[in-house]
Amino acid sequence: MYLPNANTRRTATAVFLAPSLIGVAVFCLLPIAMSFYYSFMDYDLLAGSMDFLGLKNFARILTGREFPQVLLHTLTYLGLYLPLILLCSLGQALLLNRSFRGRAVLRTVFYTPVITSWVAAAVVWTWVLSGHYGLMNQALSLFGIKGPAWLSSRVWAMPGIVITAVWKDTGYYALMVLAALKSIDPALYEAAGIDGAGGARKFFSITLPLLTPTLFLLVVINVIYGLQVFDSVLIMTDGGPGGATTVFLERIYKYAFRQYKMGMASAYSWILFIIILAFTLLQFRLQKRWVNYDA
Amino acid sequence: MMPKLRAKQLRNAAFYVMVVLMAALTLLPFLFMLSSSFKGSEAIRTIPIRWIPERPTLEGYIRVFNMPGFSFGRASLNSLFLALATTLVQVLSACMAAFVFAKLPFRGSDKLFGLYLATMMIPGTVTMVPNYIILRIMGLLDSYTGLILPALANAFGVFLMRQAMITVPDSYLESAMLDGASLYRVFFVILLPMVAPTFFTLVLLAFMGAWNSYLWPLIVLTSTGKQTLQVVLGNMNSMYRNNEHVLMAGAVLTILPILLVYVLSQCRVDSGIALGGLK
Repeated sequence: MYLPNANTRRTATAVFLAPSLIGVAVFCLLPIAMSFYYSFMDYDLLAGSMDFLGLKNFARILTGREFPQVLLHTLTYLGLYLPLILLCSLGQALLLNRSFRGRAVLRTVFYTPVITSWVAAAVVWTWVLSGHYGLMNQALSLFGIKGPAWLSSRVWAMPGIVITAVWKDTGYYALMVLAALKSIDPALYEAAGIDGAGGARKFFSITLPLLTPTLFLLVVINVIYGLQVFDSVLIMTDGGPGGATTVFLERIYKYAFRQYKMGMASAYSWILFIIILAFTLLQFRLQKRWVNYDA
Repeated sequence: MMPKLRAKQLRNAAFYVMVVLMAALTLLPFLFMLSSSFKGSEAIRTIPIRWIPERPTLEGYIRVFNMPGFSFGRASLNSLFLALATTLVQVLSACMAAFVFAKLPFRGSDKLFGLYLATMMIPGTVTMVPNYIILRIMGLLDSYTGLILPALANAFGVFLMRQAMITVPDSYLESAMLDGASLYRVFFVILLPMVAPTFFTLVLLAFMGAWNSYLWPLIVLTSTGKQTLQVVLGNMNSMYRNNEHVLMAGAVLTILPILLVYVLSQCRVDSGIALGGLK
């Protein structure tokens, strides 16, 4: 945009950019540098002491008994959550892609869990998953299945958290899949129909391949968020029972704000960051094998 | 003709069965919550579930508002104030920066914008601990200012608004300036109304995010009088383990306001999210 006065332009640029730029500098860039610095320190916030440790924080975490457990639990969460969320959001999007009476209502219904806060969702699902009187086990008993005491079982606590997360997140990702479904050229289906393709054939030969870029995006986003699962864990199990659901962010939170070991917490978050980065890069490497970009 | 029609009907029936099933799976936990919230502590423990309470009671709701130690009503007001203030700060700073990136580019501004995009990839985990320490150094722990300030850094909002503002032709803004409007007037009176749909999408995302946020207020606010609804509800979860009707009443009261806001503005959010494609 053209401004006759160069001075006005300079002032305006500074004024308009300042709040955001200061915010990014102070609460985004500076923290990254600080976190990196702290990760080499023994920084006890309560005692106010800071001593240089070198790589000892990292060594302590990576060689400790806790780390493989935390990694295992987080990957279990991801391994259960990822296929379920892809399947459910695809299913929901396919339902919403048809025009029928009441579709607008259904969209609102599917989106309600998304706008619900994680705290409220976790509180409600703690009750839904409760052993005797919970909705889940009463529903299962209709089919003759005796459900476990989900959140107090070492084995079933994590699946319980996953089910809650899938319930909460499906509506969100379904909208992304729906947008992709809507952008598929209807002429493709017509042509396939003329060639004699049935519904299933159309789905696997047209819909699914053309959805792969969106599904890829969903996998990337969900791996990034999934590795940082936290609110649900803290409220539903607090890492228990007996440490069966300890995950990265829960550990970082507890090191930092229950024990005030800021150095350990910082080192832990950098390890998590590197794991996230590795997973993301790996997916971009592997995408050639399954993602179809020629529409 | 007949078998074809039959097959179509069958497919339709299967479709509606799926719709009802999916809707039921989504809604049943909410109905379970609602139903439990109007029961007493004995009545919630029945097999099978009594969906309509035999003797409906407001005991859960009354207890929510009379908790020893902290006030649910106060927490609601805190949350409302914080959500509004955070939204204002976040949206305003994002729109202002987006204006520069879209309409007042300078040397290196595209590189700076690239840096903004890059910050979106840094997980909140890494910045959480140092942000806490920065607030501590500034003496802003346990204060609303401290809670809100990090909202200034909102790369996603800048990105969203820039994409919208770039589609507004320069000539609209320039002609307004020729008519004597100041740049600030052009920004508020001409540019923002022209990107209203995206603007409202950002407002809603910011408001919902602020209303629902848990971890940051949990860390920053320590005095009970300042705590937000989500933090109080989280605390209740461990205190009322065997009084689920109280918990469910609390959950209903936490969900209702945001649900109302959402339903009132529904069309705008949906289209905006599909557009943004990011949390």
